[in-house]
Amino acid sequence: MIARLDRPGLLFALIGLAGLALPLVQFRPNRILPGEGLALHQALPWGWALTAALAALFLVAPRLPLRARIALPLAGVLGLMLALGAAAAVLTPEGDRMARISPSTGFWLAGLALSLMLADAIARLNPPLRLRWLILGGAIAGIGAVLASGALDQVSVMREYQARQAVFLREARAHLALAFGSLALALAAGLPLGVLLHGRMRMRGPVLSALNILQTIPSLAMFGIMIPLFGWIAATIPGAAQAGISGIGPFPALVALFLYALLPVVANTLAGLASVPQAALEAARGLGMTRAQVLVQVMLPLALPVLLAAVRIVLVQSIGLAVIAGLIGGGGFGTFVFQGLNQTAMDMVLLGALPTIALALVAGIALDLLTRASRRERTAP
Amino acid sequence: MIEIRNLTRRFDEVLAVDDVSLTVPTGQIAALVGTSGSGKTTLLRMINRLVKPSAGQVLIDGEDTADQPAHLLRRRIGYAIQGHGLFPHQSVARNIATVPRLLGWPRDRIAARVDELLTLFQLDPAAYRDRMPQDLSGGQQQRVGVARALAARPDLLLMDEPFGALDPVIRAQAQEDLRAVQRRLGTTVILVTHDMDEAIRLGDRIAVMDQGRLVQYAPPAEILTAPASDFVRDLIGDKQRPFYLLSLSQVDALRSPGHASGAPIPPEASLRDALAECLWRGAEALPVAGGGIVTLAALRAAARPEAGTA
Repeated sequence: MIARLDRPGLLFALIGLAGLALPLVQFRPNRILPGEGLALHQALPWGWALTAALAALFLVAPRLPLRARIALPLAGVLGLMLALGAAAAVLTPEGDRMARISPSTGFWLAGLALSLMLADAIARLNPPLRLRWLILGGAIAGIGAVLASGALDQVSVMREYQARQAVFLREARAHLALAFGSLALALAAGLPLGVLLHGRMRMRGPVLSALNILQTIPSLAMFGIMIPLFGWIAATIPGAAQAGISGIGPFPALVALFLYALLPVVANTLAGLASVPQAALEAARGLGMTRAQVLVQVMLPLALPVLLAAVRIVLVQSIGLAVIAGLIGGGGFGTFVFQGLNQTAMDMVLLGALPTIALALVAGIALDLLTRASRRERTAP
Repeated sequence: MIEIRNLTRRFDEVLAVDDVSLTVPTGQIAALVGTSGSGKTTLLRMINRLVKPSAGQVLIDGEDTADQPAHLLRRRIGYAIQGHGLFPHQSVARNIATVPRLLGWPRDRIAARVDELLTLFQLDPAAYRDRMPQDLSGGQQQRVGVARALAARPDLLLMDEPFGALDPVIRAQAQEDLRAVQRRLGTTVILVTHDMDEAIRLGDRIAVMDQGRLVQYAPPAEILTAPASDFVRDLIGDKQRPFYLLSLSQVDALRSPGHASGAPIPPEASLRDALAECLWRGAEALPVAGGGIVTLAALRAAARPEAGTA
C-alpha cells in the first residue's frame, strides 16, 4: 500500500503516523512542573479507533477522490481537536484545579499532516474562488464551533484563557489595532510615496536604500531604538507626551511596525505601476485623461494585484511582528507570550502564539484569494 | 482644416522637428512617412500636445490648439497607436466609451454610440460589447482601438503606426476598412507610417520627413513621379515604382471601346490588379464589366512617369 503513495503523500503519511505514535497530550500536576506524555490510544478509551481511522486516512488519502481528500482531513482536524478535549476531560482528576493537560508533539504533528494533506488537495483540485472562500469560512466556523462548544475547556490553553478572558479580548483588540493600524499608516504613506517615486529615477534609489536598511534592522533592536528615541521626544518637546508619544507602549510599537511595512508597500507600488503597459498609458493621455484620471482609472486598477500582494505581505508580517510589542508594553498577544516565557508557563505562551498564527494564516489566505479575484477580473467575466 | 505652421521641437540640442509647415484639408488623409528618427512621430504628438512644441503653431479650423488645456484639446482629437493601447482591465464597451465618458455624455447616449461603432467596425455589439480586450484577435483589438479613437466624433484622427503590429493579410484588410470608415465619416486623418506602401494606399497626400525636416508634401502620384530629392526616391525604391503608380488609378480611367474574351474585370479595380490579371492570363486586353476593354499597352503607358503626371 505504501508503495502506491506519491512522494508528498509519503511524507504526509510519515509525519501523520509519527504524530499518532508520539504523545497526544502532556499531563502535568500543575502548570510549571514537567509532565508525562500520553499517545492518543493511551489517553482515551476510544483512542484506538480514532488512531486506526487517522492512520488509514494517512495511508489511503492519495488514492481517494480529490473532494474526499479535502473533506476527510477537515473532519480529521475536528476529530483530533475533539479527542484532545476529551482526553483533557478524562485525564483531569475530579476537582483538581492545578493539573494541566496540554497538547503535545503528537497532536501538533498529526494536525500538521492533516493540514498539509488539505493544502495539497486544494492545490491539486484548484477549486473555483467561491469554493476556496467556502473552505476557508468552513474551517474558521468549524474550529470556532469546537472552541465555543466547550469541548476543549479542560485543555490547558483554554484553562489559561478562562482565567483571563477579559484581558485576552483586550489584547486581541490591541493586536488587531497594531497590525491593521500599521498597515493603514503604511498604505497612507507608502502609496503616495510610491506614486511620487514612479518615474523619478534619481529619487528612487536613495529612498529604496533607506527603506531597505530599515528592513534589515532586527525587530528587537528596532523596538529598542524606539524606547530612548520617543522617550526623549516625549520628555523634550512640549505637547508630545500629551499627543500619545512615549518611549514604551503602543506608540513606539506602531511606529516600528509602520517602518517595517513601508518597504513592501513602496516597492510593490513601484512594481505595480511599472507593470502597467506603456501603450495603455500613452492611449490614456492621448485620449485626454488628466494626470489624476490616468492614475485613478488606469494605473492603480492595473497595479491592484501587485498592491494587494503588498497588503498581504504587510498584514502577515505585522501580525507576526506585533508579538514583540508585548515586550515594550505595546499590548497584543505578545503580552501572553512574554509573560509565559518569564514564568516558564508554556500554556500561556501558546495562548499568545496560537491566535497570532491563526490570525496570520487567515489574513494570508484571505488576501491571496482577493489577489486572485483581482487578477481574474481582467479575463472574460 | 489642419494648419501646421513652422512647428519646431528641440530635445536638448537636437532638432527633432525643424520648422515644419503643412496643411491638411478637411476630410483628407495625410500620411507622414520617413525613416525612424525622422521626427514624424514627434510631429504627430505635437498636434495633440503630447509633446509641447518649442516653436510654431497648430491650428484646427483656424483655432490655435495652444489656446485650451491640453487634456481638453485631446478629447476633441482621436488618437490610435501601434499595439492599440486598449485598457486591459476594461471591457470593449468601456474602452470605446473612454472619451464620451470623459466628456460627460449621458449613459444611454454612450451605450448607443458604442453599439453604433461596433457595428461600423463589423463587430456584433451583442457578442463583443462585454468581452475583455485580451479575448479578441489582434485585428479585432486594432479595430476596437480605432473605434475608441472615433467615439466622440472627433474632427481629426491621429494615428501612429496603427497597423504596425498586424500581420500582412489582416493589415491590408484593416487599411481598407479604415479607408471606408474615413470616407463615410469624412474625418480628417493624419497617419504616421514608415511603410511607403501604406502611405500610398491610404494617403490623399504624403508628407516625407527626413531628419526633422519636411522634404516633400504632395499627392502620391507626384511623390512617385517627381520625387523632390534622392531621399524621397530611395524611400520609394525603384522596384515598386510602376506598380505603386498603377495602384493609384482605376480601370475605369483607361477604359476604351472594343471587345476582349475572358472574365470581365470590375471598373473600380486598380490598374495594378488589371496588369496582374493581363500578365497571368497572357492576354493583350481584358474586358471591363459594363462594356469596353482595358489594353496591356494602355496599362504599360500608364505605368510610366509621363503618363502619371499627365
